[in-house]
Amino acid sequence: MHARVFVAGLTVAATACAPLANAATDSEIQQLRDELTALRSDYAARIGALETRLAAVQTTVEQSAPVEPAPFVQPPLATAGSGSSGNEFNPAASLILTGTYGQQSEDPANYQIGGFIPTNGDVGPPGRSFQLGESELTLAANIDPYFSGYFVGAFEGDNGTSVEEAFVSHVGLVPGATIKFGRFLSDFGYLNEIHAHAWDFVDAPLALQAFFGGQLKQDGLQARWVAPTSLLIEVGVEFGLGDQFPGTDRDKNDFNSMMAFAHLGGDVGFSHSYLLGATLYRSKATDRTYQDLDQFGAPVTDAFTGDTDMWGLDFVWKWAPDGNSVERNFKLQAEYFHRNENGSLTFDQDGPGDATGNYNSDQSGWYAQAVYQFMPRWRFGARYDRLDSGSTDIGLVRSGLLPSTAFPILADHDPRRTTTMVDFSPSEFSRLRVQYAWDQARFTDTDDELSLQYIMSLGAHGAHKF
Amino acid sequence: MVRFRCLAGLLVALFASAPAQAALSVFACLPEWASLAQELGGDKVSVYQASSPLQDPHRIEARPSLVAHMRSADLVICTGAELETGWLLVLMQTAGNRNVQPGTPGYIAAADYIERLEVPTRLDRAEGDIHPSGNPHIHLDPRNIAKVAAVVSDRLAKLDSKNAAFYAARGDDFETRWGAAIAKWEQQSAPLKGMRLVPYHKDSVYLIHWLGMVEVMDIEPKPGIPPSAGYLAELVDKIQRNGADAITRSMYTDPKAAQWLSEHTHVPLVDLPYTVGGTPGANDLFGLFDDIIARLEKVRK
Repeated sequence: MHARVFVAGLTVAATACAPLANAATDSEIQQLRDELTALRSDYAARIGALETRLAAVQTTVEQSAPVEPAPFVQPPLATAGSGSSGNEFNPAASLILTGTYGQQSEDPANYQIGGFIPTNGDVGPPGRSFQLGESELTLAANIDPYFSGYFVGAFEGDNGTSVEEAFVSHVGLVPGATIKFGRFLSDFGYLNEIHAHAWDFVDAPLALQAFFGGQLKQDGLQARWVAPTSLLIEVGVEFGLGDQFPGTDRDKNDFNSMMAFAHLGGDVGFSHSYLLGATLYRSKATDRTYQDLDQFGAPVTDAFTGDTDMWGLDFVWKWAPDGNSVERNFKLQAEYFHRNENGSLTFDQDGPGDATGNYNSDQSGWYAQAVYQFMPRWRFGARYDRLDSGSTDIGLVRSGLLPSTAFPILADHDPRRTTTMVDFSPSEFSRLRVQYAWDQARFTDTDDELSLQYIMSLGAHGAHKF
Repeated sequence: MVRFRCLAGLLVALFASAPAQAALSVFACLPEWASLAQELGGDKVSVYQASSPLQDPHRIEARPSLVAHMRSADLVICTGAELETGWLLVLMQTAGNRNVQPGTPGYIAAADYIERLEVPTRLDRAEGDIHPSGNPHIHLDPRNIAKVAAVVSDRLAKLDSKNAAFYAARGDDFETRWGAAIAKWEQQSAPLKGMRLVPYHKDSVYLIHWLGMVEVMDIEPKPGIPPSAGYLAELVDKIQRNGADAITRSMYTDPKAAQWLSEHTHVPLVDLPYTVGGTPGANDLFGLFDDIIARLEKVRK
């Protein structure tokens, strides 16, 4: 390119200078012309050579472009001190997106678990038509050499937000020990501790809904210890504020909620694993109110004050041929819950019929579920739920002060539900599910519930509990 | 009384089942590291292998027995490079063992000591299950095993210093035998150079790189994403156009897609042991490479 400009410049210069040579002889002019022509052809030849070389180089570059990328790539090294923006220490972040499309034969607004004191919590199917589920944002990182932190915030479909979990944990105060404090999902049984997006069905078992209003969360402290054995033997305790159902905030300095649990688990070869658990739980409630109708059908507010004692048993068995769960696997899971509530029940609290008497109930519930992955990415599952409203002694009724119809929601009932589901997971990070349930939680009428659900996970790879 | 005795007996039995305290307790995430630890530690270590050779190493459950063994481990050897993210973290957090947390002498992530292949330049899950630190299946290049062996030997000596001389001698012995084996394999596998492979998953890139073979394409359209029927049909055409000497798959992957492709392209299918114990021939680390090379040679002819 430069060469061409140079030649053009020379030509222009030569032409411009020509008049100066007017005085020169014809032969001199002829000589100059010859020289100029020689110069031109010389440059033309040189430019041609240059262009050929350039073209050759370009071809070589193009040909060698798709050679294998450098086989060894150095692992990215920490770039400390290279003008860090501070983002390098950001916690691992992940986001769960969920939603459902539901059809229910009964009005979800009148959903109730018959025979059980309402929890005012998260019960029933997800609702009709399109429903945005919880969007869960998880942030987790080590805090320093001693502590690590974990946060799960939930953005509800109805625009509410809540802190699902926010706890600090410490590993190895004594060998085998783990301590966590803050807000966390309690280790009551097996499923309670697992986040909803990792459940095998759209909704929680009836037992969790009836006894905890969904999932039991503790604002408190948990300590657990794993024994130095080759079988898993683990024991733990939890102490908490206990303001969540079945407890209430009692404005006292003690721990209202106390729990103890033990786990035993192991393998049979690489193909089978099992985990057994037992839990004891106690909390107190003061004026735990709920809505009911009186014997004339008018709405009243009743309240329970007293102690709740619970125990539970849980069992999980997993099978995968040679431990390889990618192709096929099977999971059987069952839990049993028992609850005793002892204290007093107030009828029509602060209303015209206000009266208080003894209250004592023994209630239980269980579920069993099986999920089978019959081919990669496809699973089929079935679950059966059963609750027993058990024996309930209401002092106000026994003394004849009020008829039993004054407490319609505490009438004898054994809620049942049968659920089936099929899900498809295109990858480890996405899951689509169809679920159908025959729900007899209400006193009358079976609710036919169809749910389509999506669960998507973005960001950091979550770690999955057994 | 009978009940009490029964309970006491059970407790004694449980504690008796605890790993012997005399030996250094090694928790190996995968069979190749269990085998290596056994080679280097001999009878001075008791090795627990957390997964079977037929398990997909990406998807291992945090089983209760794994928590129990990690609780008492003195040394944890895993691959790293995000291969075990789905389950190792749970074990670390629940087993209550401070001595094997990442960054402590009790934890080795083998991939940290290896120059990794296929470090992605674009991190996006739309590309499938990719690993930000590069391809994690490092053990299928025996030169990498040698590098990791040096680290493990060193760590064993550090953690169990009274047996340091033992580990050093054993490490030197392994290095010599392994070096000779590599030389033998490289000589033996010379005819494999340039062999064109179609693996199911991107889990043999280090093997292919070492032996100078060519990875024509993979059966999985993207890492971790199984091929659809339509994609397989496209592959038949692609394989025939590009030419391939063998379709390979590791023993833990679904055989159906690879078998179907082999039938429709008439390219032979070779089942390769992914790790120690994957096939009867792959009875230890030496056997693993013997068997892989033998299986590839069979179809090269």
